[in-house]
Amino acid sequence: MTDLQHAATISVLVQNAPGVLVRVAGLIRRRGVNIHSLSVGPTEDPSISRMTIVVDTAPERTEQFAKQLRKLVEVLRATSLDSTPAVDRELALIKVNVTPGTRLEIMEIANVFRASVVDLTDKTMTLEVTGRGEKVDAFVTLLTKYGIREMARTGQVTLVRGSQNT
Amino acid sequence: MARQITASKPPAPAVRSRQMNGAQTLVESLRREGVEVLFGHPGGASLPIYDALYDAQDIHHILVRHEQVAAHAAVGYARASGRVGVCTATSGPGATNLITGLTDAMMDSVPVVAITGQVPRPVIGNDAFQEADVTGITMPITKYNTLVMRAVDIPNAVRAAFHLAGTGRPGPVLVDIPRDVSQELCEPDFDEEPALPGYRPVLDGNPSQIAEAAEALSAAERPIVYAGGGILSSGATPELTALADRTGIPVALTLMGKGAMDETHPRCLGMLGMHGSAFANWAINRADVILAVGVRFDDRVTGRLKDFAPHARFIHIDIDPAEIGKNKPAHIPIVGDAKRVLAALVPLVRAPKIEAWWKQIEEWREKYPFRYRQRDGRISHQYVCDLLNRLTGGQAIVATDVGQHQMWMAQWYKCREPRTFISSGGLGAMGFGFPAALGAKFARPDKQVLALVGDGGFQMTMQDLITAVEHRLSLPIFILNNGALGMVRQWQSFFYRGRFSSSILRNPDFAKLGDAYGARGIRVERPEEVEGALRTALATEGVPCVVDILCDPEENCLPMIPSGQSVAEMILDD
Ligand SMILES: Cc1cc2nc3c(=O)[nH]c(=O)nc-3n(C[C@H](O)[C@H](O)[C@H](O)COP(=O)(O)OP(=O)(O)OC[C@H]3O[C@@H](n4cnc5c(N)ncnc54)[C@H](O)[C@@H]3O)c2cc1C
Ligand SMILES: Cc1ncc(C[n+]2csc(CCOP(=O)(O)OP(=O)(O)O)c2C)c(N)n1
Ligand SMILES: [Mg+2]
Repeated sequence: MTDLQHAATISVLVQNAPGVLVRVAGLIRRRGVNIHSLSVGPTEDPSISRMTIVVDTAPERTEQFAKQLRKLVEVLRATSLDSTPAVDRELALIKVNVTPGTRLEIMEIANVFRASVVDLTDKTMTLEVTGRGEKVDAFVTLLTKYGIREMARTGQVTLVRGSQNT
Repeated sequence: MARQITASKPPAPAVRSRQMNGAQTLVESLRREGVEVLFGHPGGASLPIYDALYDAQDIHHILVRHEQVAAHAAVGYARASGRVGVCTATSGPGATNLITGLTDAMMDSVPVVAITGQVPRPVIGNDAFQEADVTGITMPITKYNTLVMRAVDIPNAVRAAFHLAGTGRPGPVLVDIPRDVSQELCEPDFDEEPALPGYRPVLDGNPSQIAEAAEALSAAERPIVYAGGGILSSGATPELTALADRTGIPVALTLMGKGAMDETHPRCLGMLGMHGSAFANWAINRADVILAVGVRFDDRVTGRLKDFAPHARFIHIDIDPAEIGKNKPAHIPIVGDAKRVLAALVPLVRAPKIEAWWKQIEEWREKYPFRYRQRDGRISHQYVCDLLNRLTGGQAIVATDVGQHQMWMAQWYKCREPRTFISSGGLGAMGFGFPAALGAKFARPDKQVLALVGDGGFQMTMQDLITAVEHRLSLPIFILNNGALGMVRQWQSFFYRGRFSSSILRNPDFAKLGDAYGARGIRVERPEEVEGALRTALATEGVPCVVDILCDPEENCLPMIPSGQSVAEMILDD
């Protein structure tokens, strides 16, 4: 995110076992580093999960993080993605205030960002947007003036481009 | 055994199947790992385990009086023998008492397996009696830990634990077993291989990196080897010695590396670092090529990182990729097992031309050897250490506690062989020395083992004197009694204007205390009594001998590179 000194992305493949999330998070926490976002989900192999972790750390420390993560017995692979061409995506659900007067205006903004309306009432509209973190940030900024009632963001997921594995 | 020959035993109940309970499964698993000794203390959650141990004639359980001692003893056992040390405790307070010892094992990369009892499965998480989240608490201080939720999973968990503890970069592994899992009947399969797809230590170094390292060393003008604990875990002493013999390159050792090479070898410069020899520190700081092997660039060695060996190219061999470049960038990184990498490297190195370098080192060595003064009527700590070295020929296994005495022993005791110096390096845990000696004695009953402790640290774990008495251990315990938390006192005298805040000790009569436990107690007050007392203690058989030596209360441990500084700021005299 824009207010971070440096946001480093580390992609981690882990065995889907109890406690793994705590081990990974604990390893980062004990080094005094903030986890900016962390997303976990299954991969093509149900016994393996992928964690995409964005940490607020200096570039020269990122590889050290990846090395420490590889030492965890349940970690199968840990890659520091900073210099690798990759696709990043985030998903956000944003619930904004609407009035008959602002409804069309908001939908126009949503169109530009290819966001979709997933729920609508006479007072609120819930929008779904996906994209890079910066795009989501920009969308959120534009919606601020209508009054954001609630927001949920998934955190970033990332894959390396092309045939190389992440 | 091929067949049963005893007829006198009552017949075993007809075996319906290979059923046994979890605790019996655990004991059988330990047996299959070759466990002969384990250190522990029982309690509610581990009662089923103790019941199973009751039948195990071949596994010797040593009842200690505090679980901290069990963990330190397991470390002492492991470090003296190279085998995995085992300790056990009950849930809650038993398990939390292991924490210091496990942290020590983690910091110093010692192979230990801890078995803890846990509250029964149905009440886990409900703040049950004596429940503690032991796998949660020990996550950052173990190489791996696991909560076993089915008896049938025990063999796999134990195999994985021993494999993880003892291979790669060694470390502690904890297995937490709920009481009802220990009681649950199962049909265990002891032959199943644990699947550890994420654990693949690299053993062989990259040949082109090794060739590059050999070139750098062959062409060096002022090379030095900086070797540590990894040489001992790897068993690479012959390869390291061969390197020194073949090439003449000097070798400096870390505290953890003591014993990695015969310290009386002319190429060995002994210990470097904060309290290492001035000549070893000068040498590493002037070096142009440094072969760092099985070391982790600890701040007690490097001081201020940017001023540590500023002109050198670093070759770094380590089995743990995360150590390479962690504190100091490596010009030639080599991931692998020290023994294998050195074996490949040694034949490739041509003896560099280093006569001038050696001339310089010998000058330093002559100008500033370790030395000490004998103040009138006072017993010098260093004299005691020096004498212990001479009386044992450096061939005893020494376990130290933490503080000034530890550093003096590191300076004066010249190890002749691997696994003879056992000390809490990374954690620096007071209370370690005596329990570690206890564990070492169980590992090497044939060897002279001794403990050298301070009057402060000994009081943290001395209750286990009774354990040594109970097992009739020939174990001398030398207390360098300076009536102070000496190392703290020293820092206060150097850096806090001599304001001795809470560092002066009032002590019990340790010799009488030894007597009270049924050990032999000797009190030494005058320099001329020292030698006789040491000889008596070293020769005492079948009972531990507590030797309380009243030493100079004001002596400082020098040389010293103050924390966070560099060799240029080394304090040589006070
Ligand atoms: C009061 C006090 C004062 C101290 N002063 C000093 C001092 O003056 N000098 C000093 O040296 N220390 C001193 N220490 C100890 C210091 O804190 C560190 O514990 C020590 O320096 C670390 O030693 P090491 O680098 O050999 O690493 P260890 O902790 O022994 O680590 C071993 C390294 O080897 C690697 N390794 C393990 N197995 C293998 C293998 N098979 N092959 C290859 N690599 C392997 C590991 O990954 C690790 O990097 C002091 C401690 C205390 C308590
Ligand atoms: C468990 C623990 N608590 C505190 C310390 C801090 N500490 C380091 S050395 C030392 C003094 C040790 O005194 P003593 O055992 O008498 O040894 P001496 O330095 O006098 O030889 C202390 C308190 C420590 N290392 N470990
Ligand atoms: Mg003392």
